[in-house]
Amino acid sequence: MSLLREMYYIILGFLEGFGACWLFLFRILSYTPSALMRPGLVFQQIYSVGAMSLVLIIVAGLFVGMVLGLESYNLLSRFAATSAIGSGIALSLYRELGPVITALLFAGRAGTALTSEIGLMRATEQLAGMEMMAVDPVRRIVVPRFIAGAVSVPLLTVIFCTIGILGGYLLSVMHLGVDDGAFWSQMRVNVDLVEDVIQSTVIKGIVFGGAISLLAVYEGFYAQPTAEGVSNATTRTVVNGALAVLVLDYILTSIFFHGA
Amino acid sequence: MAHETDSSSENVIEISGLKYRRGEKLIFDRLNINILRGKVTAIMGPSGTGKTTLLRIMTGQVLPDRGRVMVDGRNIMRLTVAELFELRKEMGFLFQNGALFTDSSVFDNVAFPLREHTSLPQSLIRQVVLMKLQAVGLRGAWNLMPAELSGGMARRVALARAIALDPKIIFYDEPFTGLDPISMGVIVRLIRQLNDSLGLTSIIVSHDVEEVSSVADQSYLISEGKVVAYGTPQELEQNKSAWVRQFMKGLADGPVPFHYPAQELAAQLFGVEQN
Repeated sequence: MSLLREMYYIILGFLEGFGACWLFLFRILSYTPSALMRPGLVFQQIYSVGAMSLVLIIVAGLFVGMVLGLESYNLLSRFAATSAIGSGIALSLYRELGPVITALLFAGRAGTALTSEIGLMRATEQLAGMEMMAVDPVRRIVVPRFIAGAVSVPLLTVIFCTIGILGGYLLSVMHLGVDDGAFWSQMRVNVDLVEDVIQSTVIKGIVFGGAISLLAVYEGFYAQPTAEGVSNATTRTVVNGALAVLVLDYILTSIFFHGA
Repeated sequence: MAHETDSSSENVIEISGLKYRRGEKLIFDRLNINILRGKVTAIMGPSGTGKTTLLRIMTGQVLPDRGRVMVDGRNIMRLTVAELFELRKEMGFLFQNGALFTDSSVFDNVAFPLREHTSLPQSLIRQVVLMKLQAVGLRGAWNLMPAELSGGMARRVALARAIALDPKIIFYDEPFTGLDPISMGVIVRLIRQLNDSLGLTSIIVSHDVEEVSSVADQSYLISEGKVVAYGTPQELEQNKSAWVRQFMKGLADGPVPFHYPAQELAAQLFGVEQN
């Protein structure tokens, strides 16, 4: 009985958090138009969460692309089909690896920063101070950061994929001697701009970016105002963000697959 | 000693029948307090009495369970969020730790409420900010970051920010805690000076008897959810109540015992372990 009761409270707690998160999203969305009237705040956050993540994304993209090139070459050379390496790398990156890895890296780099920043503002009464100055912290602090995350992730995903393809090109063409023309021409034939790039990469990027940013600002805003509370909130951002990305990836892929 | 509510227009804040419970603990039990317009009013009491909570109730940050809180003629419990924010533009609040924005300079901190609530040109905002910093003696520190300020300086910057919009009422939450004697003297002088020169109403929550007595026009002593004494600092000094005398003179033992309630020492040391 006690196990059942415990499970009941766990499920109840999850549903409560899930519902609160949705309500927080609606509150954020209701403030979004007015936040866009002050683009300076949004650009500042895009620089902070997006531009400052560039090095990580570029380095990760380069190595993921090179690994893809190596693995694809090992496999395709057995069937004398190395000319398909370019399209293999591009499709893997655009459809799955690009959006998912970028989102996971973003959760680790920028999501944690957002949570700890807002959580520390809560702990040091900066948010309460803002409320006392008749400024809504959701409008002033949370919304620009949410928008910045939702805008940055698709952009970072496109950069990740581009650098990944470049990494794959460097390894397979420059190092392993795959034909240059075959690499690019196969890619052009097999990669569809709408279906693979816009639908998979950009839409997934927006959804993942929105989900991670929402979780990050939600956890930070409602963090317990203690050192341990902020630390726990930061951990939850990474764990819940990573799980959300993988679940959403499955859902979106299923939708795109059935829609194709 | 009960204090009866006098609901004349002389009161900028009127609290009557306030009840507030946190968990199992009753923080305020039918509390009545009036804050006189244009005066410096202190709310004193031992740590953990709910002084800061009372300040948060007065500013609408915390909603009480029962009672009436009138601020400048408006019932703060019935205001919408927009109305509450409108009212807060007439309030200044000095947090215990200053609550300065750590990633903004002194100038930007003080300019924050002006940029958010006015459409003044930058040149005018600059002049207002420098004047507010001049009032707290920190005009020369306009370009410093909060991490470069001492505790006393940070509180003065926070004070400059609190008066940026020329409020009618200003709340001080433990303004003297953790300050060196010089900084404390500066803050005491500023509270009085700003109150008189700007025509403010000031409410100080503190347990620093000496400093509060030197600046307050009237003081409330609260304990266990009720007002136990009220009057000018001189009246409180001469109060006959043993509790008031213990608090005002800082005596270690008295009606508030030195020891936290516990079983007999011998029984706990040599008896059967209970916990």
